[in-house]
Amino acid sequence: MKSKRPAIPYLGWMLVFTIVPLLMVIYFAFTDERGQFSLEPFKNASVYSEVFLYSLGIALISTVICLVLAYPLAYSVSRCSQRAQSTIIMLLMVPMWMNFLLRIYAWVLILQNYGPLDMILNLFGVDVTLIGNSGAVIVGMVYEFLPFMILPIHAVMTKIEPSLIEAAQDLGCNGFHVFTKVIFPLSVPGVISGVTMVFVPTASTFLVAQYLGGTQFMIGDVIERVFQSDHNTGSAIAVVLMIVILGFLVVMNRFGDKEAVAG
Amino acid sequence: MKQNSVVSLKDINFKYSNEVILNNISLDIYDKEFITLLGPSGCGKTTTLRIIAGFETPQSGEVYFEGEKVNDVPPHKRSVNTVFQKYALFPHLNVYDNVAFGLKLKKMPKSEIEKAVKQMLAVVDLKGYEKRPVRSLSGGQQQRVAIARALVCDPKVVLLDEPLGALDLKLRKDMQIELKQLQQKTQKTFVYVTHDQEEALTMSDRVCVMNNGVIAQVGTPEDIYNEPANAFVADFIGEANIINGIMLEDCKVRLLGVDLDCVDNGFEKNQPVDVVIRPEDVEVTAPDQAKLNGVVEDVIFKGVHFEISVKCNNCLWLIHSTVAQKVGDTIGMRIDPYNIHIMEKMFLNPTNDIITDVYYSDKENNTTTILLEGVEVTIPDAYFEEGKKIKIVLPPEALYIAGDGVGHLDEVYIESVIWKGEHNEIILESDERKWIMQSDIDEQVATYVPLCFDFGKAEISEV
Repeated sequence: MKSKRPAIPYLGWMLVFTIVPLLMVIYFAFTDERGQFSLEPFKNASVYSEVFLYSLGIALISTVICLVLAYPLAYSVSRCSQRAQSTIIMLLMVPMWMNFLLRIYAWVLILQNYGPLDMILNLFGVDVTLIGNSGAVIVGMVYEFLPFMILPIHAVMTKIEPSLIEAAQDLGCNGFHVFTKVIFPLSVPGVISGVTMVFVPTASTFLVAQYLGGTQFMIGDVIERVFQSDHNTGSAIAVVLMIVILGFLVVMNRFGDKEAVAG
Repeated sequence: MKQNSVVSLKDINFKYSNEVILNNISLDIYDKEFITLLGPSGCGKTTTLRIIAGFETPQSGEVYFEGEKVNDVPPHKRSVNTVFQKYALFPHLNVYDNVAFGLKLKKMPKSEIEKAVKQMLAVVDLKGYEKRPVRSLSGGQQQRVAIARALVCDPKVVLLDEPLGALDLKLRKDMQIELKQLQQKTQKTFVYVTHDQEEALTMSDRVCVMNNGVIAQVGTPEDIYNEPANAFVADFIGEANIINGIMLEDCKVRLLGVDLDCVDNGFEKNQPVDVVIRPEDVEVTAPDQAKLNGVVEDVIFKGVHFEISVKCNNCLWLIHSTVAQKVGDTIGMRIDPYNIHIMEKMFLNPTNDIITDVYYSDKENNTTTILLEGVEVTIPDAYFEEGKKIKIVLPPEALYIAGDGVGHLDEVYIESVIWKGEHNEIILESDERKWIMQSDIDEQVATYVPLCFDFGKAEISEV
């Protein structure tokens, strides 16, 4: 029988740093400022439903862009030599050695009016505002979270045995069919975890929109702002966001179970 | 009997990053036969199979399929199907979809696919397993799915790459018989790769023995066993006493100092040869009734027979006999002339002659240095003037494998190891040539070792 004892420190950790804060958030969400049960916070929170939908939209678009960029990259990297693979993966990780905030500042510098990109576009007679809009937020999000899409897909792709690809060819698959009938179905688990790992943080993250999005905040930013003055409403928004994300995770897991699992 | 060949390989050469894997291989595979490519690991048998399947393209030579050259035809357009070593079943599909995979690609109507898959699953004894995920199956069942998946596509040729390697002995024996029956029932050409000689003899119509990238012998199992082409084949297939002999004249061979009658001829006078005698062909007699005598060293009961080790002139013989002998007794060993198989030496330079110029020499220290395959080799206790041509005769016992890892020549390939009664005869291959070595140690074939020379045992002369 496996001993459960080694898990005790982690259970303690979870209790103190996850369960208790979670319960506190839930408690705040269902009480007013005098500590009495109330649904008032949710009523107040409904003001932000537009921001909420906007955030989910941004998260969705960013996730799709990440997937479109990451999948072919992960696929081609997985076919490189072992050495090339580790080099490329390391290069992908390098920006993550830098602080999250610094990376966003870097994008502010690149995209700002009279910034380098703006100047180059002006040279060609293109006059657009690059910063302070949804596009800039999406660029920032994709940049932040692309590695979280590449890594799980790449990990699954490298686990696909070359003999399976040969077996597919042997049974009559051309290059296209090898991909659609073997490689893609076997990489679905990686796609699912990549999508989860990108969608969840993009939906809830804050600061990116504050720096790149101009006046259009995301739900994470709203929670931060509201929470400072009103714990109850802030908590209510957070609870709604958590429920939506939980729902998303359940759907993704279902999808994952239905599809085959590789390796 | 002239048969139609389905697959023909002509002068195939294959290199993998400068290492020669296949060296000028030619082989005809006939229609509806069960042919086995047999050899130790690293002999090139799997590469040969992969060339037929289309996964590898030879650097030179031609592959013909029913008379048509198919060198450039990709695997998915060849009418061959492969049963892979570790089955390579698709983990995301169930048994039915795995088997139906090839047929769906052929755009067969659904009802026909269903019929064909059902039929094939019945043939491999997996009726009712359609919906099972492949990972829930045992090794033997997965193996059957892999076979069904290949056979259902109705290929001309089925390639099997050590398909039974992962199964336990009992299951392997059962599957051997099943596979053979399946081949006869389906009337397809099977090309089977294995390193298991017993498997090859049991299943095959013909066996192609390979070693070190070349075909050593092709023939029926009986031919290969009874008339091995050289000492390697004799050693690899079954058990054999392989002893150095000298052909005195036609039908007369000298063996361990005794002259014996045999039935082989066509050798040169006094030509050194390998003599192969199967353990079951040695008849135990009273000492005075046979020319060869030996002392019994060991007797092991093997069920059907006794395995008797006999020492005769320092040479250990293996004899299979239904009669037990007493350890320490002297016995006679009689061999019928037709059971003495004479074969040419695989290696024609038994003294490893080196003829080279002196690279430089050192009178003070009494040494001579030569350049051997680009490496400086210093011979101690020998002085020859610089620029002189010298001949170094290195008998097999003057070669050894460096225990400390530093040899005169590094990375020498062990091509074959054959037990010659007293010691192992090892053939090695360096960059430019081959060497023959004697050793009491069982070295591992197809590995790279550092080779050393003991010049104290060498004869060096000016030429």
